[in-house]
Amino acid sequence: MVKVIVDDIEVEVEPGTTILNAARKIGGEVVPPAMCYYSKLEGSGGKCRTCLVEVAAGSAADPRPMPKLVASCSTPVQDGMVIKNKTSERVREGRAAVTEFLLINHPLDCPICDQAGECHLQDLGFEHGKAGTRYEEKRRTYDPIDIGDKIKLHMNRCILCYRCVYTANQITDNRVHGVMHRGDHAEISTYIEKAIDNDFSGNVIDVCPVGALTDKTFRFKSRVWFLKPMNASCECTKCAGKAVVWMFGDEIARVTGRKDQYGEIEDVDGKTGWICNECRFDKKDKSKWNIEGPRVINRHSVISQGHYLTNDPKRDAKKLTGK
Amino acid sequence: MGRKLLLEHVNVPGIETYEVYRKNGGYRSVEKALKTMSPQNVVEEVQASGLRGRGGAGFPTGMKWSFLAKPEGVPRYLLCNADESEPGTFKDRYLMEKLPHLLVEGMIVSSYALGANQSYIYIRGEYMFVLEIVEKAIAEAYANGWLGKNIMGSGYDLDLAICPGGGAYICGEETALIESLEGKRGNPRIKPPFPAVKGLWGCPTVVNNVESIAAVVPIVNDGGAEYAKIGIGKSTGTKLISASGNLVKPGVYEIDLGLSVEEFIYSDEWCGGIANGKKIKACVPGGSSVPILPANLICKTAEGTDRLMTYESLAEGGFASGSMLGSGGFIVFDEDQCIVRNTWNFARFYAHESCGQCSPCREGTGWMEKVLRRLEYGQGNLRDIDLLEEINKKIEGNTICPLGDAAAWPVAAAIRHFREEFEWHVTNPDEAQKRNFGIASNHMPLV
Repeated sequence: MVKVIVDDIEVEVEPGTTILNAARKIGGEVVPPAMCYYSKLEGSGGKCRTCLVEVAAGSAADPRPMPKLVASCSTPVQDGMVIKNKTSERVREGRAAVTEFLLINHPLDCPICDQAGECHLQDLGFEHGKAGTRYEEKRRTYDPIDIGDKIKLHMNRCILCYRCVYTANQITDNRVHGVMHRGDHAEISTYIEKAIDNDFSGNVIDVCPVGALTDKTFRFKSRVWFLKPMNASCECTKCAGKAVVWMFGDEIARVTGRKDQYGEIEDVDGKTGWICNECRFDKKDKSKWNIEGPRVINRHSVISQGHYLTNDPKRDAKKLTGK
Repeated sequence: MGRKLLLEHVNVPGIETYEVYRKNGGYRSVEKALKTMSPQNVVEEVQASGLRGRGGAGFPTGMKWSFLAKPEGVPRYLLCNADESEPGTFKDRYLMEKLPHLLVEGMIVSSYALGANQSYIYIRGEYMFVLEIVEKAIAEAYANGWLGKNIMGSGYDLDLAICPGGGAYICGEETALIESLEGKRGNPRIKPPFPAVKGLWGCPTVVNNVESIAAVVPIVNDGGAEYAKIGIGKSTGTKLISASGNLVKPGVYEIDLGLSVEEFIYSDEWCGGIANGKKIKACVPGGSSVPILPANLICKTAEGTDRLMTYESLAEGGFASGSMLGSGGFIVFDEDQCIVRNTWNFARFYAHESCGQCSPCREGTGWMEKVLRRLEYGQGNLRDIDLLEEINKKIEGNTICPLGDAAAWPVAAAIRHFREEFEWHVTNPDEAQKRNFGIASNHMPLV
């Protein structure tokens, strides 16, 4: 085990752990935001640069500071490393810069975006963004493309985190979409319009940090903060069948995977609990699900508000399920 | 003319063919290395020579080789980076076009030193005609037993292949080059792990510039110590400089490192001064990514000493008053040239060539290009200049690969040294539009 210090808090982690995961082990305020890193997807991370941290001392053996800010999601810790996240002025500046870059071409259409309320870019902008913009140019737009009847691709909102590309590579049988072109006109596309249709393709919606990939069966149905998230399970031959159903009254408005506080799908029986398309898009009938109880969304977003929940999970369960 | 190590026989007719090249002392270094030296000896010679990477960063080649991980049972690869795409640099093209066998010879010796049995030359997609020349040279080398199984009866096997890129500047970055060679999208990888540990197909890999590999040939022939005698301090040997711009005699020159910049520009032996009797206004000494130097800092440093063509002297004064030798793309501007237009042209290039993987570079290069275009076309305002400086600072150091830095430095330096010209563009938009840039009518936009 190696000892590292993140924002004056010491933590012991396995050798080879990344700085981000060491900070996540401490939890709370010292965790850098991550827009592209996804611990369940191999190879992800390093791209969005929001998780930049300052390394004030490289290691106990070589305590020189690193000259540049480093991406905490892809830099492994060394014994005796001293990391500054919230306590570093440079990091705050760097992160504000990245936030500005991510927002200059973003359409900022949160009022009509289905992701609003659970959007990582909203959180990031709220924490590190500025009120105004210095970008006077026309924002970049893309022609809409149709990628099937279940998933809506809204490329203007995309921040090119590559998560959906890794998901398609690692979870589904074959990947039919990818990043086309380069520079600021790079886009997620299927090249020759083709539906993304695969048993597990719906998971790209869960991994998308912004509203670029959303659920067509839920499109414009409701705002997420009006819904009641409930843990639910079902018998499914394709996946573990553990999901979260988002209820509007007695009806299931949408189904998603079970996400933890970092927006990542939780493990179910030792494996990542990706859910299949059938569970996600087709089982909108309450009778098909065994509702276990309310799910607490532990993020600083508006979803956690207005759940009509009490502090007693048993009472909540009774109130929400009627059982 | 000065000493020539690489371009010694460049003017011999038919030097691109094997027979003529061999008659002029070609492949001597392979014979010497394979028959009398161990791979470790070759690495030591290169270390002793003090050769520094000629692709731009100037990292000592011998040290790079010594970092190569050598796990048992895992193949090692040597890749030659012939993806020369830096605006203002054309030395590798000249070298490969005229002396393809020199590159092949260098590849054999270098691969032998590193213990690589398969090596690749990754050549720029736009250089298809050069690819044919090098391919022919490789075929000749195979036919004469310099490549393939058991070279010269030494028991050493080497296969050499050449692979064209798709024409992307970013594939000159070593990890992007590896990705592209593997058949993937040419996105730079996140380091660590470095290619010396995990490169092509996950195996230890060394990536070297064409000129660095060619320089190994004279180093092995004459010995590293002899090579190190040329040059000053840590800048040893000779360097190919691609001189372009408003010069009397632009072209590729092989110089001894340590030549003074003044001599290089004004001496009749080299570039012969500024064309049409004009005065020099600015100079980019190392390819488009390095900071631009204003007239008063080209021949003298800020402290008043002579500026020399070395890695150290050109960098003297840091970015405040210095630049970099880079890849040796020496671009000279006379008094008629517009720095704003030139800076926009560079920024446009980087915005076009950014791979779009990390956000500061993807969004920042595009933003800079748009602001500079506005300034150039007389639609800017004074706060845009400060905005550009701000964007620069935000890109620099926050990206995955050095393309972000390369995009930010020229803009930052242009504003640092030529701020008045930027302001003049804002305050005199009509006049700025009417200027003739010495290249074409002002009605011909660059787009």
